[in-house]
Amino acid sequence: MIRRLIPHPLLSLALTLVWLGLVNTFTLGNLLLGAVLGLIVPMITAPYWPNRPRLRRPLSAILYILIVLWDIVVANVQVASLILFKRNANFRSCWITVPLDLTSPEAITVLAGTITMTPGTVSSMLSADARAILVHCLHSKDPEGDVARIKHRYERLLKEVFE
Amino acid sequence: MTDIAEIVIAVFIVLAGFFGLVGSFGLIKLRDTMQRLHAPTKATTLGIGSALIASMLYFLLVKGSLSFHELLITLFLFLTAPLTAHFIAKTYMLRNTDRKDLPETQSRCGWSAYDDPPVPPKSG
Repeated sequence: MIRRLIPHPLLSLALTLVWLGLVNTFTLGNLLLGAVLGLIVPMITAPYWPNRPRLRRPLSAILYILIVLWDIVVANVQVASLILFKRNANFRSCWITVPLDLTSPEAITVLAGTITMTPGTVSSMLSADARAILVHCLHSKDPEGDVARIKHRYERLLKEVFE
Repeated sequence: MTDIAEIVIAVFIVLAGFFGLVGSFGLIKLRDTMQRLHAPTKATTLGIGSALIASMLYFLLVKGSLSFHELLITLFLFLTAPLTAHFIAKTYMLRNTDRKDLPETQSRCGWSAYDDPPVPPKSG
């Protein structure tokens, strides 16, 4: 019964929190309205969410978010200094293929987003069977090392969180 | 106290302006579309982030009220920036990049813009 009413508890919680953030004042009325939205929206959109993504280890998820936030700051400084101080002729851009061990679509989406937001890499395309991801490096001295870094630093943690 | 707060806020605003400028400069300076994608997805993120931090600090320390809108903007930015970059990259590659220039997928299928996904086995 509860599973039928609340098919996606995490989505409901997220919607309620986003609603509270949007109105920007915390009152009981807003909380109730947010909760109602959090109940109704997942019910209406249930056909689009056939699987229930599961967070196996919420603590690892928090660790992951902190690592990514830190990497985003580092990435910004790195890319900014590349843009400002490196001559165009010295850029060595390249494509790399990152083979994926992840299987859940949510995990792959998060990984692709992370790759785009972090140092010098943009995720550009998935392979048709979603077993590999094509990444463009702005400037890479060591493409193999970049693949290893992505797999070691992000994918390993995501595997813990989602699978 | 407000003096210190104002200095901190000013530092964040200047940082925001700096990174925003570098991101936009990168768009002009870099040579091809794939390289240009790097500038707005990163240098600008920290620019907007700093502006949002400055805004939160201002409302918290000077006006004395807590504001959540900035957190939501960050959330939506992190959701939309990689998606937009992904779509731009895919469209650009489909029109301008020869698939022979791309590395192998190291799996059974090719890249998704050029190849169809494997046919799932028929059930029943």
